[in-house]
Amino acid sequence: MIENHLSLLLVVLPLLAAPIAAVLPNGRLPWAVSTLVSWSVVYLAAWQLMNVSTGQVISYELGGWAPPWGIEYRIDAANALVALIVSGIAALTLPYALKSVIKEIPQQQHALLYAAFMLCLTGLLGIAQTGDIFNLFVFLEISSLSSYALISLGKKRQALTAAYQYLIMGTIGATFFIIGVGLLYAMTGTLNMADLAQRLPELYEHRTIHTAFAFIMVGFALKLALFPLHVWLPNAYTYAPTVVTIFLAATATKVAVYVMLRMVFTVFSFTFIENTPADELFLLLCVMGILGMSFYAIYQKDSKRLLAYSSVAQIGYMMLGIGLGSVLGATATLVHLFNHALMKGALFMAIGALVYRVGSSRLEHLPGLGKQMPWTFAAIVIGGLSLIGVPGTAGFISKWYLVLAAIEKQNWLIVGVILIGSLLAVAYVWKIIEVLYFKATDELEHKYVTVKEAPLLMLIPMWVLVLANVYFGFNTELTVGTAEQAVKLLIPSAN
Amino acid sequence: MKHNLILRVVSKFLIPLIILFALYVQFHGDFGPGGGFQAGVIFSAAIILYGLVFGVDKAKRVITPYILRLLASLGVLIYAGTGVATILLGGNFLQYGVLASSQLAGQHVGILVIELGVGITVMSVMLIIFFTFAERGQAVLNSKAESERE
Repeated sequence: MIENHLSLLLVVLPLLAAPIAAVLPNGRLPWAVSTLVSWSVVYLAAWQLMNVSTGQVISYELGGWAPPWGIEYRIDAANALVALIVSGIAALTLPYALKSVIKEIPQQQHALLYAAFMLCLTGLLGIAQTGDIFNLFVFLEISSLSSYALISLGKKRQALTAAYQYLIMGTIGATFFIIGVGLLYAMTGTLNMADLAQRLPELYEHRTIHTAFAFIMVGFALKLALFPLHVWLPNAYTYAPTVVTIFLAATATKVAVYVMLRMVFTVFSFTFIENTPADELFLLLCVMGILGMSFYAIYQKDSKRLLAYSSVAQIGYMMLGIGLGSVLGATATLVHLFNHALMKGALFMAIGALVYRVGSSRLEHLPGLGKQMPWTFAAIVIGGLSLIGVPGTAGFISKWYLVLAAIEKQNWLIVGVILIGSLLAVAYVWKIIEVLYFKATDELEHKYVTVKEAPLLMLIPMWVLVLANVYFGFNTELTVGTAEQAVKLLIPSAN
Repeated sequence: MKHNLILRVVSKFLIPLIILFALYVQFHGDFGPGGGFQAGVIFSAAIILYGLVFGVDKAKRVITPYILRLLASLGVLIYAGTGVATILLGGNFLQYGVLASSQLAGQHVGILVIELGVGITVMSVMLIIFFTFAERGQAVLNSKAESERE
């Protein structure tokens, strides 16, 4: 009996954990509850992915009201893959969080931090699970509001302005989305995504539908930080507490990319997009984003900010797949969504370990640390190689599929941009490695002789992600296999 | 606040009425306009009025910040817990029909319980926001008074 409800429990468990964590005394208890819940959620997500990977679709009616009137959770391979990423990263971030949070955040805020973390997890999982476009908005707000609060907990005062900037931009994004949803509802009278997909084709010529589409696209482009709407992201990632940066960098933008996929391919369709300037615009913005932001990353003086700019460039790669508008493109987007969560998670965890030991993420404060912290340094090297896309790492697989998708469309410019982007990635990854290993400033070095390797509780989650980067570079059954399955359902015309 | 006699008398007279009205809005929400959100705001308005007239410290003695945090969490738990209860009774999440013997009675019970959760959380969160801002204002006032003395 309980089996039918597992997809729902995936969202409800963290929702129940949030208020419980908030009232527990500050100490290890809130952390323990959150960790326990995040691990059970991973288990549920894995079970769910196993069930839908055969092409089956799980449908759950909330409140017992049948869709399209009631809210429906509709889980196919795409949702399940995204839910697994989100819960997996949460389950790895929380063990890592224990020490990092004690060091970075005053004790009276610990319980609230874990409560906000659980709410953010609820929101992100809810976005992934739901098949109702208004319910999606509600979960979007849950995840956004809690992430504003999480970012503002950063140690420096700039964290407050960063959170405020994100709040303004995020609210504009959410407002645009809900305006689009309102217009769609006015035209079709339905909020269920599957139902919308059936009712929209006869209205494709209608101008209101085009307006709705534009609002939804701009709204989500803000949430996923598509260049040039990315300005909130570097500050938010730089000044947020380490744990929050890891979690948000690896999940929040990914979930937004998933929504974009869902909107473009399921709710609307690619035949609709081809008649709008959206696909060309996506390609143009992605190309500018990949080149411009990779270039920007090279000149950053703060390692967290460097990786944040690299994230904006990487989002460009993900959106390229959508802009190309083919089965192969959408597959590449989903694969990169998964792989990028692995590499950015590993890299931010490694940078977080440096911050834990030295107290700063600015490159000038990190020279020579690679020798003191060999495991963390090795994690940065492997994570960086994956970010560049060296064969044998997960990054290579996603770049490979992107290039294939571009070649299939005979778009040689895109192929060139992907290759140049990888070269720029070599430059900025090298910048971190050079500082960590090859730059020995004498006056600083004596200060760092006593710096030890990061604690085991931080190294283990970090290395799980690093090894996953290597593993998924060789075994692509889970990533590419699931992505292909998901795209079949995302793009009904592909079968 | 010794001198504002009228304010004190009027608010003492009004506060019980406001609370009563809040409860009416809360529990009549399924028949008329109202519901948990509105009721929570009205209820918190009563306490905020008390805080404005008699001082924030006295208001905090009526309902302490710690209890507020407990209540804010309790409301969410009541809401989500109702959903879990309906699952345990054999329905879907938040399928109120299974809560009582008949479908209609179940819907009544369900909506009243979850609106109660909403009301409790909204009331306590409004007060938490008010106290937080008031505390900050108090700190600014104190530091001003100190610098004037110097």
